[in-house]
Amino acid sequence: MTVAEFTMPALGADMTEGTVVEWLVSPGDEIRRGDVIAAVDTEKAVIDVECFESGVLGDILVDVGQKVPVGTPLAVIATDDAAAVPPSGASSPIPASEPARPGSPPSPERPATAVEPRVRSPLVRLRAAEAGIDLRRVPATGPGGRITQSDLDRVLQPPTLPHRISATPYARRLAAERGVDLATIQGSGRRGLVRARDLPRAAPAATRSPRPAAHADPRHATAQLMARSKREIPHYYLGAQVDLTDALDALRAHNRAIPVPDRVLPAALLLRAVALGLRAVPELNGHWIDDGFRPGDGVHLGVAVSLRGGGLAVPVLRDADALGLDALMRALADAGGRARAGHLRSSEVSGATATVTNLGELGVDTVVGVIHPPQVALIGIGAVRTRPWVVDGAVVPRAVVDISLAADHRASDGATGSRLLREIGRVLGQPDLLVGDDQVGDDEVGDDEDRRPR
Amino acid sequence: MTATAGIRTVTFREAFREGLREALATDERVFLMGEDVGRYGGCFAVSQGLLEEFGEERVRDTPLSESAFVGAGIGAALGGTRPIVEIMTVNFALLALDQIVNNAATLRHMSGGQFSVPLVLRIPTGPGRQLGAQHSHTLEGWFAHVPGLRVVAPATHADARGMLAAALVDPDPVLIFEQIGLYGVRGELSVDAGPVDLDGAAVRQRGTDVSVVAYGGTLAPALDAAAELAAEGVSAEVVDLRALRPLDSSTVLESVSRTHRLVVVDNAWRSGGPGAEVVARVAELALDQLDAPVERVGAVEVPVPYPRHLEEAALPSASQVAAAARRAVG
Repeated sequence: MTVAEFTMPALGADMTEGTVVEWLVSPGDEIRRGDVIAAVDTEKAVIDVECFESGVLGDILVDVGQKVPVGTPLAVIATDDAAAVPPSGASSPIPASEPARPGSPPSPERPATAVEPRVRSPLVRLRAAEAGIDLRRVPATGPGGRITQSDLDRVLQPPTLPHRISATPYARRLAAERGVDLATIQGSGRRGLVRARDLPRAAPAATRSPRPAAHADPRHATAQLMARSKREIPHYYLGAQVDLTDALDALRAHNRAIPVPDRVLPAALLLRAVALGLRAVPELNGHWIDDGFRPGDGVHLGVAVSLRGGGLAVPVLRDADALGLDALMRALADAGGRARAGHLRSSEVSGATATVTNLGELGVDTVVGVIHPPQVALIGIGAVRTRPWVVDGAVVPRAVVDISLAADHRASDGATGSRLLREIGRVLGQPDLLVGDDQVGDDEVGDDEDRRPR
Repeated sequence: MTATAGIRTVTFREAFREGLREALATDERVFLMGEDVGRYGGCFAVSQGLLEEFGEERVRDTPLSESAFVGAGIGAALGGTRPIVEIMTVNFALLALDQIVNNAATLRHMSGGQFSVPLVLRIPTGPGRQLGAQHSHTLEGWFAHVPGLRVVAPATHADARGMLAAALVDPDPVLIFEQIGLYGVRGELSVDAGPVDLDGAAVRQRGTDVSVVAYGGTLAPALDAAAELAAEGVSAEVVDLRALRPLDSSTVLESVSRTHRLVVVDNAWRSGGPGAEVVARVAELALDQLDAPVERVGAVEVPVPYPRHLEEAALPSASQVAAAARRAVG
């Protein structure tokens, strides 16, 4: 029997020392020339090191984590015959008498199916360590079995792109002109691409309608709708000033605990208060159709968004009262962004049961709104301002906002309207109702945009 | 030449020569110069017989120095003549790039409009047959990049016959790119064919399903592809750009707005070529008219190979155009 030493290899011309980061075999294991038996960190990469002798592993001389110069013996290998070298250390994990077991089951950390990457960059190692990821479970796509940053990203952040309808630009244009919801169309092109031929033919009248002209002037649709509202709806108006200080404090505390991109704006807080208020006062949540009030089948909030080119878009946040604050913020940001980019689907701009218009950002104190027919209520929100306010008999600075209601007098009376404003104020005075129960709605809306690693 | 009822059949070579002869005959300021244009009758025999007809003052052989004789042409144009300078092929025009790009193209602008350079450059372009990579370039797109130049690519016999006269009227440099591969191709030409407009693309074949945009040497494969597609029930519209600068976007946009599908056929490598500019303009101005991804056909991006079968494989063909159109129509 001959005893050979397995030494710290020079894994690069400039390598002077290395750190053992992993032993892949244990004393007593039978090893063959070419087997990878350890992983060494060279400061440039973690490299799997193979041995150049066949035999049985004896003592491991350098433990994981130790940095040693090139050439330092790392372990002893008994070569030439099958006799095991009994490991001398009493703390050896394998009993001295136990013979080598070729084909012994791999240790639990090394599932047989895991592909052992040969090279991992320090950056990948660092990121994996920070994220607590086992690199052996990361499918490697780089050359030579390298795990690339992208491989890591795929594990850390599975693609969560929102479903985008695949349609040609021309099909999108036609769908917009014909009022077709592309989501309902089965595309005939490659990978379901919706093309012009897949769209239902426009009604003959529609093809000759002056739609392009109307399209070109964003004021047109707004003008028609608002004129109809003021012609048909007997509006009444109520307003209330609400102390927002506690709610904003709670919001700040909430935001401190979440990543910056996920932070919630006061606008979402106010929307949530309105949504909860409407749930409590269903007489103002719905439509006036055929001389009668029809309550909404949920609180679907239209949110007025002014467009850069002029005009309004009113994306609808469906079941807004069921959305938690974070989910509502995401829905608001998504709908607002796409409204400004002109990418709203037709299903997203219809079916609102009440509308909120928030002009606070523009410095407006009080909104006296025009109802969006056939809805029966429009809630207006002004700027949040610090004002002298009387609390417990003392004048103190408080954050105060003006909330107004324009309501359809056919559907409700002032008492009902005042109940809504009171309810909104009550909810805003109890921030726990707004900020606390975020989990309520998240599951219901199929929130798949969780940015945190799973 | 054969003639029937006002129409005769001529080669591109003859059409170009007819334009040259007319120009020399009608305007004393016009003269032709270049390598071997006189005694030898032109490398591609376009100017054959013109020396004998018009004499050495009007048809001048030059030394083998493109930079010198293009520069001389610019000087002559500044001096009040109407020179037609032939550069043997576009491959050799690279030797005169400085004169063309730095002088001819810029003098009007750099002189505040005081000088213009009424120079016409005739530049044979494109692969011949097995001439090797360095003699097979198709570089009209390079010149189309440069403001101050007008770049045309006649693809029909009428344009070959009539563009020269219009170019001579233009007060600024005009580059006429003549397809080497077309010189011997016969086609019909009216007996009273004359000057044509230099501006604007032309719809060479009407169609409803897909717009195929071509120019110069790719018009013929585009038309062949259209015939092939017609047999399959696909109606292809073929647009001939005619001029690469200024590029006529409106004809292309109008066509795409009817067919909603676009195939662009480049004479040369696709990257950064005239076809890329066409696609960019459609993307800028008519994206919402596209009902399929734009398809592009062009030369394989390698130096043109010498072996015949590889050379043929590297160049755009009618079958490639037809295949691209089928993909677009889906």
